[in-house]
Amino acid sequence: MRIRCPHCGERDNGEFSYLGDAAPRRPDGMEASAQAMHDYVYLRDNPAGTLRELWYHAAGCRSWLVVTRDTRTHAIEAVEPARDVARARSSGEAA
Amino acid sequence: MTTLALQRAEAPVSATSADQPFRTATGGLIDRNRPRDFSFDGRRLTGYHGDTLASALLANGVRLVGRSFKYHRPRGILSAGSEEPNALVELRSGARREPNTRATMAELYEGLEATSQNRWPSLALDALSVNALLSPIFAAGFYYKTFMWPAGLWEKLYEPMIRRAAGLGRAADAPDPDTYDHAHAHCDVLVIGGGPAGLAAALAAGRSGARVILVDEDFATGGRLLAERREIGGVSGAEWAARAVAELESLPEVRILTRTTLFGVYDHGAYGAVERVSDHLAVPAPHAPRQRLWRIVARRAVLAAGAIERPHVFGGNDRPGVMLAGAVRTYLNRYGVLPGRRLAVFTSSDDGWRTAADAIAAGGGLAAVIDTRTSVPPHLRRMAEAAGARVVTGGYVAGAKGHLGLSAIQVVDGYHSTETIACDGLAMANGWNPVVHLDSHLSRRPVWDEAIHAFVPGALPSGMQAAGAAAGRFTLAECLETGARAGAEAATACGFEASAEAVPQTDPESVAHTPLWRAPKPRGKAFVDFQNDVAASDVELAHREGFRAVELLKRYTTLGMATDQGKTSNLAGLSIMAELTGKDIPSVGTTVFRPPFTPVAIGAFAGHHRGKEFRATRHVPSHAWAEENGCVFVETGLWLRPAYFPKAGETDWLDTVVREVETVRTKVGICDVTTLGKIDIQGRDALAFIERVCANPFGTLPVGKARYAVLLREDGFVMDDGTVARLAETHYVMTASTANAARVMQHLEFCRQWLWPELDVQLASISEQWAQYAVAGPRARDTLRRIVDPGFDISNQAFPFLAAAEITVGGGIPARLFRISFSGELAYELAVPAAYGDAAWRALMQAGLPYGITAYGSEALSVMRIEKGHAAGAEINGQTTARDLGLGGMLAKKKDYIGRLMKERPALTDPDRPILAGFRPVDPSDRLRAGAHFLALDAEPSLEADEGVMTSVAYSPSLRSWIGIGLIRRGTERHGERVRAYDPVRGADIEVEICSPVFVDPKEEKLRV
Repeated sequence: MRIRCPHCGERDNGEFSYLGDAAPRRPDGMEASAQAMHDYVYLRDNPAGTLRELWYHAAGCRSWLVVTRDTRTHAIEAVEPARDVARARSSGEAA
Repeated sequence: MTTLALQRAEAPVSATSADQPFRTATGGLIDRNRPRDFSFDGRRLTGYHGDTLASALLANGVRLVGRSFKYHRPRGILSAGSEEPNALVELRSGARREPNTRATMAELYEGLEATSQNRWPSLALDALSVNALLSPIFAAGFYYKTFMWPAGLWEKLYEPMIRRAAGLGRAADAPDPDTYDHAHAHCDVLVIGGGPAGLAAALAAGRSGARVILVDEDFATGGRLLAERREIGGVSGAEWAARAVAELESLPEVRILTRTTLFGVYDHGAYGAVERVSDHLAVPAPHAPRQRLWRIVARRAVLAAGAIERPHVFGGNDRPGVMLAGAVRTYLNRYGVLPGRRLAVFTSSDDGWRTAADAIAAGGGLAAVIDTRTSVPPHLRRMAEAAGARVVTGGYVAGAKGHLGLSAIQVVDGYHSTETIACDGLAMANGWNPVVHLDSHLSRRPVWDEAIHAFVPGALPSGMQAAGAAAGRFTLAECLETGARAGAEAATACGFEASAEAVPQTDPESVAHTPLWRAPKPRGKAFVDFQNDVAASDVELAHREGFRAVELLKRYTTLGMATDQGKTSNLAGLSIMAELTGKDIPSVGTTVFRPPFTPVAIGAFAGHHRGKEFRATRHVPSHAWAEENGCVFVETGLWLRPAYFPKAGETDWLDTVVREVETVRTKVGICDVTTLGKIDIQGRDALAFIERVCANPFGTLPVGKARYAVLLREDGFVMDDGTVARLAETHYVMTASTANAARVMQHLEFCRQWLWPELDVQLASISEQWAQYAVAGPRARDTLRRIVDPGFDISNQAFPFLAAAEITVGGGIPARLFRISFSGELAYELAVPAAYGDAAWRALMQAGLPYGITAYGSEALSVMRIEKGHAAGAEINGQTTARDLGLGGMLAKKKDYIGRLMKERPALTDPDRPILAGFRPVDPSDRLRAGAHFLALDAEPSLEADEGVMTSVAYSPSLRSWIGIGLIRRGTERHGERVRAYDPVRGADIEVEICSPVFVDPKEEKLRV
C-alpha cells in the first residue's frame, strides 16, 4: 500500500503503523461514565466499505493521520492530519 | 501455415553425434562456439551457451529427470518455462545446493551440477516407486483416511515414513554464502513480460519519453518470438525482438530487467519482482548479489505475461517424452533440440499442427498427428501425410506406454477402434490459458471467455491493462496491436504524448481450437496436477465424497497446491468437476491466486538483513570504552547494552556482578542509561498535558524537581513508568523504559494530536541527543563534584533527593543533572549532549578513581532494582495494574487521566488479584527461578491452586542469598507466610517466605544522604 502523507508525500505503508477506527471519541473529564469509557475502549464497527481510520507515520514525520479507506478495495480517498480533523470536530461542536 | 523458412530448416539434424545426439546441426539461438560442460547425477554432459538445463538434457537424450511427489513415477520435462511441474532438480552442491529448481528456468553455465530428487537408490531404479502400486491408498484425502489409528503411531511411524517417501529436494545444510540485495524503483509504465505484446507496449510508452521498466523472467527478451518461426515486417520474430530491445536500450528512460520475475501485485501500484542476478553463473562476481528483490512503484502497468499451454488428460500423460506442443517448438526452434526422433502430436487446435510443421522443418520424424476435431484444413493433413505421418481426426490419445520414457501411444479413432503408434515424443496442444495470476493477486477473479475457452482477466487492478495473450488475444498481430495500444494509453495517462503506431505485417495464422477436457476412456492413470500427483480419478473421488466446491476440491485433492500453483492443472481440474456436476466451468469458479507467481527464495526477501545485520544495532555512547575494557554486551531491542565488565581473575559472570553491586553499595559506580527513552515536553499547557497522561499528580511539582511517573493504558493496565523532571516553568523532560520508549512516544503524540489538539504543547524525542549516565553509591557526589563546573552547588542541602537542574560540566559543556536513584543509593543521572558522551564517561571514570569507581552494566542494575523491589519489564508486562505493582496509593484522585475509569473495573480491583511481594528461600542455599508458580505448602499443583508467579530473581550480594519478587494473591497481607515456588519445567519445588519486596534500605535513608 501507498499512503500520501500530507507532510511527506506518498510513502510506503511500511513507514506507518495502524490504529483503527477514527470515529470513537474519548469521553474526557471527571464526569465521564464507565459505560461510555468502555464503549470508547472496546466497541468498534467493522464496515465493509469506507472507513475513516487512524494511522501513525512512525518512520516519517510522527504525525497521526486520518485515512479514509475502502476496506474492500484498499482504495484511499483522503489523508488528513489527525490534529486538523480533531480541531475541526471540536470547533464544529462549539458552533 | 507459415511459409517462413529458418536457416536450420535446410540443414537437418546431423545423423547421430555421440555428443548431444538430439541437437540439430544448425539453428537455434544457442552459441555453438561456446560449449558448456555440466553434470546430471554425476554424468558428464555438454550443452551450449544459451541453453537451459532442460534443453541441454534433451539435447543429450536425457528424458527421465525426476520422480513424482507421491507415486515416485518417472517424470521428464513437460514445458519450456516457469510453469514446469515435473523437471525439478537440485542445483549446485554444498552450501549453494538449491532444491526444486526448475530445469526449464536454470540457465546452463560451465560446470553446472544438477542432481535428481526424490529417488532412491537411483533415478532409473527407484525403490519407492512401489508407491505407484499402492496408489489406491494414496488417493485424494489419504492423509485424512489412512494412518488414523492408532494415533500414537502417527508421530513415530506414519509421518516420518510419509515425509521420506513423498518429498522434494533437500535444502543446503550450510549457511548460504551468497548475498541478496534489495532495490526500489519508481516508473511511469511498468511492462510485465518481454514477448511481442510487452515489447510493443514498451516501445509505444518508451518512445513518448515515459519512464518505463520492462521485466521479463527469461534471460533473453522476446518471449514466444524466440520459440516460433514467425515473421514480422519481413524479418524473423527473433530479429524483430532483437531490434526492439536495441531501440529500448537506446532510450534513456527505459530500463529492461531480464531474469526478473514479477511475482506479486500489491495495492496502489506497488509490485514485487525478483531478479536472478547471478543464478546463471557458478559463483556470483565479487560484490555482486546472487539475487535482487525489487519493489517497483508504477503509475501504470501493462500486463503482457502471455499464456500457458494446457496439457491433455489421458492415461500415462506424465510419461517422460510427453510435452506441451509449444514447448516442443521452443526446443526445436530456440535451442536446436529434437525432443524426439519420432514425434506424435495430440492436438485440439490448429496450433498443434504448427508443432508438426516445425518438427518436419527441423528434420525430426513425424509419427502421427491426432486431432480431436473431425474437420481439419486439407493443407495441414497433406503436410503431415507428405512427411509420412499417420493422421487421425475425431480421435484421441487414450494411453501412453514406456516405463522410463515414452515408446508408444494408444490412439482411439473416430470409430472407437484402438491402434498403437510407436513414438518417442508426444506434443500436447489443448489450447492456452492467459496468465491470470498476477491480475488476480488483489482478490480479483478472472472471467470465462467462451470464445477462447479460457479464463481472461476480469476487472483489473487500478492502473493495470492487459495486452496480448495475457488478455486472451492469441495471434501475433493482436499481440503487437494490443501491446502498442496499451503502452500508448499507459504513457498518455501519465501525461506523455504517445500513440500506437501501425502494426507491421505478420504472417497469417489460425488459433482455432476446441478443447478436449479429458480423454473419454483413459488407459491408466490420467494426471491433472503433475507436481502433486493428482489424477482425474482423484477429482472423481472428491466429487463422489461431496468435496465439489472448488475450494474444497483444491484442499481435498491438493490440486493446484504444489509450488507451481497449478499453472498447468487448474483448468483441467475445474473442467472435470464441471462435467461431473453438470455445470459449466465458470459456475464451478476458480480458486484464488496469491503471490508469489513462482517460488521466491527466503534469502531474497531477507536481503542483507541476516546474521548480525538482521536489524540495526544501536550503540550506547560509552560503547567504545566498554569494548576497550572487555565488556560483555546484551541485546535489548536494537540496543547493545553493557551487561557486565569482567576483570582479570573473575571466572564467572556472577563474580563480576557481585563485585559491581558491592562496589556501588559501598563506593561508587557508573552505568550507561542512555537507552532510556527521553521526551522533551514544552509549551504553555505542558503541565496540563502531563497531568492527563500520567496517573499520579504533578500539579505540585516545582521547577528544579523530578518525580516518579506511572502511565496507564486507556484500558487501565500499566503502560510504562519513568520520571518527569521540571526544568523550567513550561519545560519538562520525561523518561520511559528502554523497551517502551518508541511506544510511549507514539502514545504521547496520539494524545497530543488526536485527543487534545487544543493543548499548547510540543513533544520531541531527545533519546538520541543526550547521553545519560547513572552515578550511584556513597561516593557519587564526591565523584561528580570533580567534573561539575564551579558555581553549581550539588551539596545535599542545595541539591537534595529528586532535584533536577541544567548545569555545565568539564568547563562549559551543557548538562542536566537529576538526583534520582534506581539502585537505592545516593545517586544521580547526568545527561550531556551525545557528542560529549564518550568524553564524559571517561572523565567520570577518572574522577571516581580515588574512590574505587566501577563501571556496572545492566546485570548489576537489575540485581539492585530487585533488591529495592522496583518493578521493571517482567512486572510491567501489560497484564498488571498500578495496584498489582504496589503503586495504587500514589494514583491521583482529583484529575482525569488516561486509564482512570477502566482501572476500576471489578476484576482489576479484586482483592484476590496477585500483588507484588518479595520472596526469600527458607534454605538460603536454594536458588530461585523466575517463572516459578506459588502454591500453598500442602497444595497439589493445579491451575486452581496457583497463587501467582515469581517474576524476577537475583542473587543478592547484600543478603548473601537468592531473592525474588513476584505477584501473589493478597501478597501485602501475608509477609512472613511460607509458600512453595513450584517450577516443574526445571524440576524445582522450593519453600519460600513472603516478605516485603524492598530488601535493602527499606527506610530509604541511603538515597537521601
